[in-house]
Amino acid sequence: MSRDAVSADGSSAAAQSNEDDSILQELAHHVLATAKRGGADASEMAISRGQGFTTTVRLGAVETVEHNRDKHLVVTVFFGNRTGSASTSDFTTAAIEDTVRAACSIAKYTAEDECAGLADPERLATEILDLDLDHPWQIDVTQAIEIAKECEDAARQFDPRIKNSEGSTVSTQRGTEVYANTHGFMGTTCATRHSISCSVIGEAKESMQRDYWYSAGRDYRDLESAERVGQTAARRTIGRLGATKIKTIQCPVLYEAPVASSLLAHFISAVRGSALYRKASFLLDQLGNPIFSDGVYISEQPHLLKAVGSASYDAEGVATKTRNIVQAGVLASYVLDTYSARKLAMETTGNAGGVRNLHIKPGSYDFNGLIKKMDTGLLVTELIGSGVNTVTGDYSRGAVGYWIENGEIKHPVEEVTVAGNLKDMFKHIVEVGSDVDTRGNIRCGSILLERATVAGD
Amino acid sequence: MSQIFELAQSKLLEPAGLVQSDLNKLFAQLMGPGVDYADIYFQYSRHESWSLEEGKVKTGSHSIEQGVGIRAIAGEKTGFAYSDEFQFPALSQAANAARAIMEHRGDETAGLKVARTEQQIPMLYDAIDPLLTLGDRDKVELLERVEQEARRQDPRVSEVMTNLVAAHDVILVARHDGKLVADVRPLIRLGVSVIAVQGERREQGNSGGGGRYGLDYFTEDIVTDYAREAVRQALTNLEAEDAPAGSMTVVLGPGWPGVLLHEAIGHGLEGDFNRKGTSAFSGRIGQKVATDQCTVIDDGTLPNRRGSLSVDDEGTQTQRTVLIEDGILRGYMQDTHNARLMGAQPTGNGRRESFAHLPMPRMTNTCMLAGNYDPQEIIESVDKGIYAVNFSGGQVDITSGKFVFSASEAYLIENGKVSKPVRGAMLIGNGPDVLTRVTMVGNDMQLDTGVGTCGKEGQLVPVGVGQPTMRIDGLTVGGVQV
Repeated sequence: MSRDAVSADGSSAAAQSNEDDSILQELAHHVLATAKRGGADASEMAISRGQGFTTTVRLGAVETVEHNRDKHLVVTVFFGNRTGSASTSDFTTAAIEDTVRAACSIAKYTAEDECAGLADPERLATEILDLDLDHPWQIDVTQAIEIAKECEDAARQFDPRIKNSEGSTVSTQRGTEVYANTHGFMGTTCATRHSISCSVIGEAKESMQRDYWYSAGRDYRDLESAERVGQTAARRTIGRLGATKIKTIQCPVLYEAPVASSLLAHFISAVRGSALYRKASFLLDQLGNPIFSDGVYISEQPHLLKAVGSASYDAEGVATKTRNIVQAGVLASYVLDTYSARKLAMETTGNAGGVRNLHIKPGSYDFNGLIKKMDTGLLVTELIGSGVNTVTGDYSRGAVGYWIENGEIKHPVEEVTVAGNLKDMFKHIVEVGSDVDTRGNIRCGSILLERATVAGD
Repeated sequence: MSQIFELAQSKLLEPAGLVQSDLNKLFAQLMGPGVDYADIYFQYSRHESWSLEEGKVKTGSHSIEQGVGIRAIAGEKTGFAYSDEFQFPALSQAANAARAIMEHRGDETAGLKVARTEQQIPMLYDAIDPLLTLGDRDKVELLERVEQEARRQDPRVSEVMTNLVAAHDVILVARHDGKLVADVRPLIRLGVSVIAVQGERREQGNSGGGGRYGLDYFTEDIVTDYAREAVRQALTNLEAEDAPAGSMTVVLGPGWPGVLLHEAIGHGLEGDFNRKGTSAFSGRIGQKVATDQCTVIDDGTLPNRRGSLSVDDEGTQTQRTVLIEDGILRGYMQDTHNARLMGAQPTGNGRRESFAHLPMPRMTNTCMLAGNYDPQEIIESVDKGIYAVNFSGGQVDITSGKFVFSASEAYLIENGKVSKPVRGAMLIGNGPDVLTRVTMVGNDMQLDTGVGTCGKEGQLVPVGVGQPTMRIDGLTVGGVQV
């Protein structure tokens, strides 16, 4: 997260930051030593500390200025195969003692679990890569307010039907994370994240629609301009005016890139270790089997420079690596941490804490090309509700978008659902677009499905 | 001084050596020309969680979060900062950051000569730390008993996961006008999740409950019910067929299906959206938005309920707020900020996830009152439709009014009888008109078991819902069968 009082001199800020890092590292040593004194055979701990501010402008006036400054420490202790965990936001010596004691006390009552414990030492990262994640944005609140105003102004001036606003928000955050364990691993990462967002309301014929847009990145220089964010938000809102329900139908469905990533998120939640060993997944025992249509390639790319999910090591210190998860539609690998890997008699894939920069190989069609290719069907631009059952793959979510006929947008659509079973939907992916959305941890183009059920009137 | 106030003071002020005059100094910093309102929110919370899977309690965790949130409001502007340290210099720094939103600085030397008086509020729950109401070994054994009970129900039960959470929250709100309010809030929850297997089919069932109690609330009878209910759902779903797709008559069961009211009605009646005119309900007070049978309230005063609070997070006593009365839209839910800007009274709905978040209008327990129909009569009135009794959650687009909520247990109704179970059905509708399609309201009003959590702008707070059986004509069911 980031600083609210920025030093004018960048180098002294960096020096300050190094000094802070060494204080956190000392604290990490102290926590592990305290756990050892408490009788733990092994332990691990993570500290996060962040700082920043968020400012929102609505209808041209400042609405909120929020300063945040957070810190958190979590420690996990192992007594043989018993585990206990505790966390605190208070870093005083007494609070650290209490926290470690609480973790040790819990470990007295948890059951023996032969798979519990730290990651195997040979899997820990030995090289910490510079992934270019730390780019403090040297702005103060007044400057952030100006950017937010510019963004919202661009949205409000875009079209006279933009009549109201939920505001435009500028946020800048900088944080440090330290992970250490009693195998001797200690990793420190400093990272920034900045964003500009805008949400506006359009009115036509006594009905209102809202849509939004945002730009986010590690480096403020990579953000879209405030003007462009505002205009995109306004264009999306205007596009939704006059939306109607459609008749219930089975038809092709095109997920626009920002919502297409949710399909991959559902895939990941079904192949992560915790779902597999609990047998709570619709993709049990599918390793080596085709689960997507054969044009689908999904990989994890944790070492991309400046990306949201980038990291040299996972939440257990295990080295991350670039790897394929789906190749030509075939499931090539699960998503495992040390514990779930041991449960499944496999090796960790370095995914404690989740996947990092999931990437689906883009195809040759851009967004307009995909609309033409679909010819007739539903384009989905927003999804609501969490109607996804990871055990069965049953899928039903509320959708907003456009009805497409003969490769052209006919009219906006609302109050419909898109339903199917994910097993079937994955196998009927016709195309992945070249319009990759790189803002999030899942980097994905628009996805065209051969068909799903769209329920309306 | 009340026992609660003393406890809050000893937890929140005394360890950092804070006294009344320190609060006055902070308010002197915060207040100044143009500032309408300021408050300081002190919080200490302790949270514990135990989880069982594969027959063993493998993990437990304990956490402590504490800090102070400081807010200054001028007109529509809010400045906010917080500190996770309680010492005066840290608070003073946060107060300056919060105050910086205004053009003119407060006179830091003056000191506000406001007498800070503690407000006595009737308590809706005991001022206990629920973590201490059961020994750790007993917590583990409780989860094991629930697991065994679930497994005993049926050999098709293949996985059982149980989870116990207890939280102890101590807060103190100091306001610029001298108001000083403390609250001690216990909250517990036990959850059971079951997977049943039959041939190639695997299905899950979930249940659980809790409230603002000590852990002794989880009696043998209560937890046995949770275990059996989760298994019953999973077994029912093993038999379920694909849900139909399209617009049809839907009968909602009593209790937790009140999630409909929360999404379709509740959010759209929160004061912030209505002050800004961004809700599909904006400017519709006094209009008919439901059939005559519908009366909907938000009630924060139900003793021991998960969504209840003796005082909200701005120190306002909670109340029973009528939202819809006999089909007419009556009122909004307000915090102090939005109430002041709208010229309304606060309704005790100012809530925040923690000291690190800004308060906003949030629901407490949102319910529809009982009607006249026997639930059986309602089902018998339907030739063809869906009977939905359990839901996993929902979401709403405040501005367009479109909402969804997804059924986790539902059945077809054929010729006035509940028939085959169906799966995977999302229901979707339009908030401002869904209650105009309510043709029958049952006499079996029920509250949920205490499992709801509501998210708004990234902030999570515990809430409750309730309703009687209800027939809605023409709701879109998002199944796959065309």
